[in-house]
Order: sequence, then structure tokens, then C-alpha cells
Amino acid sequence: MTVFLQNLVNALQWGSFYALIAIGYSMVYSILMLFNFAHGDVFMTGAYIGCGIAMLLLGLGAAGLLVLPGWLVLGLTILLAMIVTAGLGMFIERVGYRPLREAPRASAAITGLMIGIILETGNLILLGAQRVKFPALIQPVTFELGGVFLTNQKIMIVVVALGLALALHQFIRRTRWGMAMRAMAFDYAVVPLMGVPINRIAALTFALGSGLAAAAGILFGMAYPVLDPYMGIVFGWKSFVAAILGGRGSILGATLAGFLLGFIEIFVAMVFPSTLRDFIAYSIILLILVFRPYGLFGEPYSVRLRL
Amino acid sequence: MKNVRLCTVLFAVLVAVLGLALFPAAAQKTPVLKIGINAEITGDIPKVGEATKYAAQMYVEDVNKAGGIEVGGKKYRLELAIEDNEAKAESAAKAATKLITVDEVIAIVGPQASKQAVPAGEVCNNYKTPMVSAWSTNPNTTKDRPYVFRACFLDDFQGPALSIFASQEYRFKKAAVLYDVASDYPKGLAEFFKKDWEKRNGPGSVVAYESFTTKDTDFSSQLTKIINSGAEFLFTPQYYNEVPLIVQQAKQLGWKKPILGSDSWASDELVKLCGKDCFGHFFVSHYASAGAKGATKEFIDRYKAKYGSIPDDVAALTWDAIGLIGAAIRNAGKLTGDVKKDREAVRNALAQTKDYPGITGTISFPPGSGDPIKCANIVKINDKGEFEFYKSVCP
Repeated sequence: MTVFLQNLVNALQWGSFYALIAIGYSMVYSILMLFNFAHGDVFMTGAYIGCGIAMLLLGLGAAGLLVLPGWLVLGLTILLAMIVTAGLGMFIERVGYRPLREAPRASAAITGLMIGIILETGNLILLGAQRVKFPALIQPVTFELGGVFLTNQKIMIVVVALGLALALHQFIRRTRWGMAMRAMAFDYAVVPLMGVPINRIAALTFALGSGLAAAAGILFGMAYPVLDPYMGIVFGWKSFVAAILGGRGSILGATLAGFLLGFIEIFVAMVFPSTLRDFIAYSIILLILVFRPYGLFGEPYSVRLRL
Repeated sequence: MKNVRLCTVLFAVLVAVLGLALFPAAAQKTPVLKIGINAEITGDIPKVGEATKYAAQMYVEDVNKAGGIEVGGKKYRLELAIEDNEAKAESAAKAATKLITVDEVIAIVGPQASKQAVPAGEVCNNYKTPMVSAWSTNPNTTKDRPYVFRACFLDDFQGPALSIFASQEYRFKKAAVLYDVASDYPKGLAEFFKKDWEKRNGPGSVVAYESFTTKDTDFSSQLTKIINSGAEFLFTPQYYNEVPLIVQQAKQLGWKKPILGSDSWASDELVKLCGKDCFGHFFVSHYASAGAKGATKEFIDRYKAKYGSIPDDVAALTWDAIGLIGAAIRNAGKLTGDVKKDREAVRNALAQTKDYPGITGTISFPPGSGDPIKCANIVKINDKGEFEFYKSVCP
């Protein structure tokens, strides 16, 4: 039982990252009908940007210029990195996707791949191949609860991830901007005729997705403090799986699918030899998709698929 | 006309050079033995070449200061012929050929990296010239090459070394292993360790044998399994960029027992990335500078005084490699002056090396093999984050 509960905790933490990244994928996919394959690398860049901001703030603290408590440094780091990475997302949309909006979808898809490679190698040129250590902003405190080990970090990661997902869900449900986004997801061709500025909505979509990816990057850096330029690739793929599994355009769907992915991976490794983890985990997901091709929360859509 | 004049000038220069080269040699009574150095002086890993050169030069100075090396009642001065292999495979073969045919060396130290040592070993073996690589761990360097030797132990020896250490030091019976199934080095080491541990402690004594794939960052599920398996320690032959994640996650999941690693842990980056979490854990190494004793310490102090830096594993292993050659020359019985026959004599003496007291461990070559049997050093990451010599483990 403790093993089960322990793995539940493990899976909650692991799923948080998938969830946050999957949301960004899902949003872009539903609103612009394109796969932003650079999203995993935006996550990576967000982690590095967060790392840079954190070191800057810690440096200011060490120099005695701006002494802040650790939790405030973390909060500021997340906020600033989200803003900067949101800017990066908007920039990617402007230079990489907007000129190709009317181009065949395959072109837009490989744009994402190319931007991803540019981000990876750009990072490599800028910082070199050695790994970067993410500074410990809050000291990890381990405590035991009936045989299950928790840390303050784990709790924080899950809470922040769920909080952000919920906030975004509310934003899309309740604000005019959100309404415009939903409308665009519903019918891309008619919406501009209603006076909705689609360029601005597209930029906003990228900004929100990238911001969440940056938050995921920083949380990731807290839990796994060794950053490398290629860490976003596999993460991107798997989160993409979660986005599709969640159902097109469903924020809650992507969140839940992200956690589900985390659970499946962790629990497969618990029951089966760990060598078979991804093999079995992704076979299960394939099976789910066979029975629910629109994802867990997606509805069958007849909107002209511009793929 | 011009050509004739040029020829005359060239001839004069040649005579002068030859004269200069011959005269001091003739003036000195002690004959000279040449040892070749085939090192990565330029290219990707210049530090390796530098360490090789420094250690070899220090050794030769020592020998010559003591009046040379004595073979069959006759004293010989040592001289180095240093060739740069540019850290390239082709250049390494070329350098070896030049050392053998032009410089007529009696034996060669290096190349150090396997990429260079494998092709150079081929050349040396064909020319029947003894070669000792200090640092190359690829099995192919010495495989089926009676003239090629090495001073370091091979990967497959690390598993048994840790297995012995855990049995003797802690009397542990149950082991856990966590390794990257998609990478050759960790996978091989994990298998070697498991085999040796089960031989010692019976089948089933590796109570958790967990794996992941390259680039994975979350090991929580595997570690939860390991922690609940009743294992008394964890062996993880991973690289310095993965070890911090494994160690930290294990700690956060409540693991308080020792974690052992392989020589892939040995990087300054490890402590930088891992911090305090890695303190107190152990790994196998060819050599450790902190906490060294006896001859090893003496070497470190002298090297530091001479070159201003602490010798790394390449320097220490080179010292042993050239030392092995020196000892083999001494034991060759008698030198004829015919370099081909003398190389043969040195190679035979080298192959019979037994309990050579090296600074990286006592070295013997088993019959028919250029891979030494030697003791491994267990290194502890101490409370200051230094790699400190803890114990020597012998098979």
C-alpha cells in the first residue's frame, strides 16, 4: 500500500509537467489547427530563462542589493520567466507561423521542428554543452507521512501546475479573449468576419502556451536540477501525446491526460520491469486512442480540418 | 648552376647537423635508449597530451639523474621521442610508424584515448614494438596483440571491484542496481556487477535490477521499487550528469544507504551539479589525488612542484606506463644494440611483469594478455566534496 501511495505521489509530480506542456500544445492545435512542434523546446528555453533570472536574483541578493526570501525569488522567477517566454512564443508565432498561415499544414509543422532545432543549437552555442545546475531556490524538506515520503517541492509543483491549469481554464471560459479563442477554435474562417482580431488571438494563444511551458520548465528545474539543451525533445513528444489524448482544445482534458500519462508511466514501471516502461505505457495509450479517437474529452468535430 | 650551389649548401648543412647530432652522443660514454611518446598534444584533448608529456619527462629526468637505467651490467641513458597524434586516428598510426622506423624507439607510451590507441596498437604490433597505453579502456586496443599493453584496468573489472568492496567493507548481502539500458557503458557494467555479486552472494541477491533510458530524468518509480526491495546499497554506473538526479531523488524518497558508482562519476562537474547530496558516497577510480599515500603522494607532490598543477589520472597512469617499460628494460637481461632484438626482449620482460608497484595500484600481466590485473581504488566523496582515496580493492 505504501508503495502504491508513494508512486501516486511520484506520478502526480511527473504528470504535472506533462499537463502544463500539453495545455500549450492543445491550445495552439485547437485554435490554429497546427502542431507547434517547437513547444518542447520552448519548455527547455523557459527552464533556462528561469535559471538565468533565478541566478540574477540570487546574485543581487548575494551582493546585498536586493535581498529576498527564497519563496519570493521563486515566485518572481516564475512570473518573470513566464513573461519573457511568452514574448518568445509570440515572436515564434510572428516569424515562424504567421507568414505560413495559409501555407500547406505540413510546412507549418516542419517550421516547428526547425524552430525547435534552432532553439536547441542556439542554446548550445550560447552556453556550451556542459549541463547547467538549476539553483535550489527553496531548500527541499523531506517529510514522511505513514511511510510515504513527500517533499515541499513535490507539493508545490502539483499545486502550482493545477493552479495554473485552472486559472487558464477560467480565463478561457469567462473572459472575452477566451471567448474569442473558443470561437476561433470553432470556426477559423468566420471569426474574422465578426471583427475578432485573429492575429492578436493567435499571438495570445502562443503567449499563454509558452508561459505555461516556462512555468513547467522552472518547476522541472526545481525537481530535476540538471538542465541540458535537448531535454525538451522527448518531453515535447510525450506531452503532444497527452494533448491529443486529452481531446482537441480541452484545457482540462489536456491537464487530465498529462496526469494520466504520468500515472501510466510510473505505474507500468512499478508493475513491470522498468526496461519495458515506455513500450507498455505507450501501447496502452495507443489502445485508448483506438477506442476514443477524439481523445478523452474531445468531441467529434466536422470543422474543415486543414491538415 | 644554381642547383649545384644549392646542393652544396644543403650538403654542408647536412654534414653540420649530422656532426652536431653525432658529436655529443659520441662524447658521452653512456649509450642512449629511446622511448617514444605518441600523445594527443594538439586536437580535442590537449590536456591529455600535456599530462602524458609531463609525467614521461619527469620519469626520464629521474632515471637519468640516477645515472641511467642498468641492463646486464651496462648503464643506458633514456631519451624521449615525442610525437603529436593530434587526437586523430590516422595521425596516431603515422606517429607510431615514425617513432618505430625513424626514431627507432625501443618502446612506445601512448596513445592514450582508445580512438587513437586502437589503430596505433595495430601498427606497433605489426612492427613488433612494445606499446603501453596508459589510459585506453577499449578491449580492442590490446586484443590479439602480443606487443600491446595498457596500464589501466578495463571496464569489466569495475563491477567485481565494487562487489568485493561492498562485501568486505559492509558485509552487505543484498544489492540494487539502477542503470541506463540504452547506453553501452552502464549496461555492461551493470551486467558485470550483477554476475559477480550473484556469484558471491547467491542467485537472487541482486534484489532490484532497475533500468531507464538515456535522457530520462525521473527515476521515482524505479527508486521506489529499489527502496522497498530491502537492498542494502545501490550501484549506479551512470555519468556525472545523471548521478545528481538519481542521488537527490533517492534521498527525497527516504533512501539513507550508501550509493556506489563507477569511474564515470569522476568529474568535477559531479560535485558542482550534485552538491551535498553526493557527499559520503563511493565510486571506483583509477586514481585519486586527495588522501593519497606513499609513492602516490610523493609523485603528486613532485609533479605539483614541477608543473604547478595536481596530476590527473592520465599523468598518474602515464607514470606507471613508462615505469612498466623502464622495469621491463631493466629485466630484459641484456641489450644487443640491435633495436629489433632489444624490442623483443623488452616485450617479453613486459609480458612477465608481476606485482609492479605502480602508483595507481600493483600491476601484473596475466599470461597472454596485455590487460593488467591490478587493484582498483575506491574513492569517497568527502565532506568537502573532494574525491578522496578510501581504500584499494584487489581481485
